[in-house]
Amino acid sequence: MTNAIEVEGLGKRYRLGEGLASGTVRDAVGGAVGRLLRRGRAERESPADVWALRDVDLQVPQGASLGIVGRNGAGKSTLLKVLSRITEPTVGVSRTRGAVGSLLEVGTGFHPELTGRENVFLNGAVLGMPRSVVAARLDDIVDFSGIGRFLDTPVKRYSSGMYLRLAFAVAAHVDADVLLVDEVLAVGDAEFQRRCLGRMEDLGRSGRTVVFISHNLDAVTRLCSTALWLDAGRVRAVGRTADVVDDYLREATPDAGRRTFVEDPDSPVSLLALDVREAAGGSAGRLRREEPVVVEADLVVRERVPGLDLAVSVETLNGVRLLDEALTDTTSGAATPITVPGRHRVSLTLPPLLMPGEYLVNVWIGTTYETLVWEHSAARLRLEGSSQARPDRLLAAQGSWAVTASSASAAGALP
Amino acid sequence: MSTATWVENRPTAGRRALDWRELWRYRELVAFLALRDVRVRYKQAAFGMLWALVQPLAGLLVFTVVFDRLAGVPSDGVPYPLFALVGMTFWTLFSGGLNAATASLVANSALVTKVYFPRVAAPLASVLPRLVDLAVTLVPLAVLLVVTGTLPGPQVVLLPLVVLWAVALAFGVGLALATVQVRFRDAHHALTLLVQLWLYASPVAYPSSLVPAEWRWAYALNPVAGLLDAARWVLLGTRPPGLPVLVSLAVTAGLLVLGVRVFAAGERRFADVI
Repeated sequence: MTNAIEVEGLGKRYRLGEGLASGTVRDAVGGAVGRLLRRGRAERESPADVWALRDVDLQVPQGASLGIVGRNGAGKSTLLKVLSRITEPTVGVSRTRGAVGSLLEVGTGFHPELTGRENVFLNGAVLGMPRSVVAARLDDIVDFSGIGRFLDTPVKRYSSGMYLRLAFAVAAHVDADVLLVDEVLAVGDAEFQRRCLGRMEDLGRSGRTVVFISHNLDAVTRLCSTALWLDAGRVRAVGRTADVVDDYLREATPDAGRRTFVEDPDSPVSLLALDVREAAGGSAGRLRREEPVVVEADLVVRERVPGLDLAVSVETLNGVRLLDEALTDTTSGAATPITVPGRHRVSLTLPPLLMPGEYLVNVWIGTTYETLVWEHSAARLRLEGSSQARPDRLLAAQGSWAVTASSASAAGALP
Repeated sequence: MSTATWVENRPTAGRRALDWRELWRYRELVAFLALRDVRVRYKQAAFGMLWALVQPLAGLLVFTVVFDRLAGVPSDGVPYPLFALVGMTFWTLFSGGLNAATASLVANSALVTKVYFPRVAAPLASVLPRLVDLAVTLVPLAVLLVVTGTLPGPQVVLLPLVVLWAVALAFGVGLALATVQVRFRDAHHALTLLVQLWLYASPVAYPSSLVPAEWRWAYALNPVAGLLDAARWVLLGTRPPGLPVLVSLAVTAGLLVLGVRVFAAGERRFADVI
């Protein structure tokens, strides 16, 4: 079988003082880099280089689907950027065979003033689709997006959901031999995500080569026969998806307990630390199912951000989101105290709802309009205890039951 | 599918050239980006295309009052308003194109960092909408020509070549400045100053014949000088082009080659630096 992608000895170095290519590299080295940058003069003498990718070798056979997993800043997006030729490698070479479609973002090139129809054609051209192909698929794209009669309305009047659905609909109709997809499934509601996954499965079955980055390990497992685990720019493992994902999960997610983060001094908000423990105290890392759990986040707010909110979500290792609790859910919506610059400690107490098992805790900080911090699998939550012989359920609400003797008249009505 | 050839991505070694054949394959993208700029500019604008007239006409008014009425600047034997309008029209085509080309990469940074396309498509697409503005400005110019009875001679057929010259000059200088602006955002401020000085260094409001004859070749090192002389000859039948126009043409060609070189050298790093 011939290969569709070949990568040999690939390395990508970002030199400080040049700006960093992707948000993900920034996430990884953000704080340290920022401080060094600010030192200015020292920069020339000590070129503190950051290798976003190092010694990467890879072969993807035609028609295969490869999932890439790894923490934020492991080099996943950089690898896609090199494969799609957006950026050139520092050493080594990457080769692709046939037309390459790169979906690193949905809606690239969308302009708010243009109508849905105009944006479909523009976005199609951006993604390398000939005008005639877009015209032929316009009906399918509109059907897929479900925007119907709003096709000739400027997209600035769309809801954010409509906007994303239209953007993904165009992306989903890209017809390339090699498709590079970065986390685009993180948009839209559950139903739409299901359709997107289905569309990607179709593409895989029709002989396209798909490279897919996602934090949704369930999706990776479903879509990809093989997986690549990137760790600090290097290949940690390549192989059967189930094996790689298992290894990755075992190692990559820290156990409960206090964890600190590298802060990015350029961002208006940084997460400093996260602590997951039993509300009643008790040793970190061993949490009892029947006890409430406290998730405590330390953050620094450097400038006033109106409408700043923080959310903690809990998901299964397969990526099924069980909880998503936002600070503004329970505090008055007008002005949360964390909008004020300074250091804050935010804690969330979760009632004992979850079944024994392992979960990932994610932290999001941002506003309605933008995400400022997104730490996927910021902590691992391991709950111990009994499943009460009913392991099939996800939640144990332990609602209160009441049993009373029923009234005499009701009993008398019985024959 | 298996017959498709490999596309390689490896570190640049030595000097790079722009891949014009690839640009041709991406011509639809160029067209859509240009079309986007045109549409966006005139959406929700009450006077629409009329705005394209405002800059040259306002310039015309100011120049007529200041240079013609007050200073009594000569105008190569044609009515001064006509003389200044041709100057302003081509100056606007050039300076507008230069501004747009310089800003094009940063304005499209979302595209540059998220998809692959021949980077030269962005400055090229940003210069093209200026031709729409030009077409709009040519209407009052034509009216003025008819009203004043200054009908152009047969050389008017060369008009497309003069337009191409202005676009090529804006594109060439814009390529180099766009490359600089990817790294240094303050290139934008420098450009504002440059364009302002360049306007007064060019024979927009005054004729190049004010420059002593023996220095005219040196004056023509400013390529806009030769460009405007050629434009006035084509439309108004003023002095036919001589050595200075050839000097300006040569400088334009040199700047175009230089711009392409600078752009090609920086191109592969745009996504990392922008």
